[in-house]
Amino acid sequence: MTMVFGVPIQALMGQLLVGLINGSFYALLSLGLAVIFGLLRVINFAHGAQYMLGAFVALLALNWFGLNYWFALILAPLVVGLFGALIERSMLSRLYKLDHLYGLLFTFGLALTLEGLFRWQFGASGQPYAPPAALTGGMNLGFMFLPIYRGWVIVFSLVVCIAVWALIEKTQLGAKLRAATENPTLVQSFGINVPMLLTLTYALGAGLAGLAGVLAAPIYQVSPLMGTNLIIVVFAVVVVGGMGSIMGAIVTGYLLGVAEGLTKVFYPEASNIVIFVIMAIVLILRPAGLFGKEA
Amino acid sequence: MANNTQAAPAASAEAQRSRSGVILVVIGLALLILAPFFLYPVFLMKLLCFGLFAAAFNLLLGYTGLLSFGHAAFFGGAAYFTAHAAKVWGWSPELAILLGVAGAVVLGLIMGAIAIRRQGIYFAMITLALSQMFFFFCLQAPFTHGEDGIQSVPRGSLFGFINLNDTMNMYFFVAAVFALGLFCIWRIVNSPFGMILKAIRENEQRAISLGYSVANYKLAAFVMSAAFTGLAGGVKALVMQFATLTDVQWQMSGEVILMTLLGGIGTMAGPIVGAGVIIALQNFLATSNIPVTVITGLVFMICVLLFRRGLVGELADSKLGRMIGLR
Repeated sequence: MTMVFGVPIQALMGQLLVGLINGSFYALLSLGLAVIFGLLRVINFAHGAQYMLGAFVALLALNWFGLNYWFALILAPLVVGLFGALIERSMLSRLYKLDHLYGLLFTFGLALTLEGLFRWQFGASGQPYAPPAALTGGMNLGFMFLPIYRGWVIVFSLVVCIAVWALIEKTQLGAKLRAATENPTLVQSFGINVPMLLTLTYALGAGLAGLAGVLAAPIYQVSPLMGTNLIIVVFAVVVVGGMGSIMGAIVTGYLLGVAEGLTKVFYPEASNIVIFVIMAIVLILRPAGLFGKEA
Repeated sequence: MANNTQAAPAASAEAQRSRSGVILVVIGLALLILAPFFLYPVFLMKLLCFGLFAAAFNLLLGYTGLLSFGHAAFFGGAAYFTAHAAKVWGWSPELAILLGVAGAVVLGLIMGAIAIRRQGIYFAMITLALSQMFFFFCLQAPFTHGEDGIQSVPRGSLFGFINLNDTMNMYFFVAAVFALGLFCIWRIVNSPFGMILKAIRENEQRAISLGYSVANYKLAAFVMSAAFTGLAGGVKALVMQFATLTDVQWQMSGEVILMTLLGGIGTMAGPIVGAGVIIALQNFLATSNIPVTVITGLVFMICVLLFRRGLVGELADSKLGRMIGLR
């Protein structure tokens, strides 16, 4: 058996894969948080609940309407995004003038309510969701066995991350978004509907969380509390990356996922806390985060 | 200030306020003494612990302007330390509680030193992440007994001669700790130190330019808040006779924010009122099948959207409040 640093290569590669999978979700979720924070200056505490909502849309679409995974992949982000837009329009938008902490507290309440309602309706236990037939099975890569669905998650989330980055950094709409971040009043005076941009941004972030939920459904089970603890790890990822850049959120997400996976190989007891430890170290050495701009 | 003729109405308003303050304190003390004869004492003790917890939290949020999302670590951590000292080492209750406070102070120093490097939203997220780290530590450390928690903690005898297994003795001990804790917090808020904290809350840059080392003041406020939170947590471990993971979970940090927000951020009485409402609500909902989180979440959203000053804050600003001189 091939050994690397005294660890069988299969174990190392296996945990690296788990790390990349987790990293894909960290990247998708922290990207959504960063997009929302960039324009709205709101830390979306409901992000974990919206991720859960995405997974439930997939599950219920299958159970109630017989819509398969591929429909869910399109439907769930739309449903969660629309829900996000409604929340933003009706309630969240009233809080922009106030201290940003109120946005955090409001979305925290929203998360509690959503998770409580789903637990009331569906119970706390997880429900399985089968991956689509086209993505079942695995591939033997010689040094390890790769389940196809997991490979798909890594590739697909990477594509989505890059697409969102391109949308914000390279398109006309993205330019407007970035301009509105810098100076909303001025942008509004050019005849651009800034409140509409804000709603779209929140919907985009929420939709990304919903998409992550669908991707996660076949790997983790679908349960009302699936996003509860995940969101805190994602907060730590965001603090490490710094809220400054979209790319920073993506890169940090993958990096920390892999770091977590490697810790599981070399020092399993610390795997739960390694991201928080990294966060503390980064804060001491570079308070603005790895990619953050503000002092 | 009173020498000036224009300041005279202000001075009389000040006197009126302190007079009604004294009356309110007397009423509060009377309630504290009479309540156990009418209501279930364990419920009251739980309420007092959470009231002290929320008041300690308010010292940070209301008077220093720092929103910590990690106070569960101090509350639950102190509960573990106290429970362990009382049960495994057989310490007397007062020493066990002191150990809980000391543990919370150490945790507060570490968490505070890291967290005060960032402000506002970041501060909230960092405290949240650090407390989650402490949660995982508690989940794995052998002395906490993981999912089981520390069960059947003995209450022991206070100073060796007051038997705390007697519910009334325990109640009056908790009430005394509560009153003393609140008095200390009130003294801190109304001291020159407290004035500087408020200056930092209002305008941090100005406080820096006036020559105050803002970072040290923030850290001091953070540690003090952690200490009183630890006091509440330690006492709670003896009241309920157990310490479990529930108290270190981040939802507990959310709960104390809700209590403070609902009662009124930056008021002395607010957190206690908020704690009372939330604990009563939880007691009431425990028998129904609606999850408590649905209601607490909704209350949270309504508070943030509609009355951000909280129950006491709104009352103080109303006609009635001004009449009795709350403001």
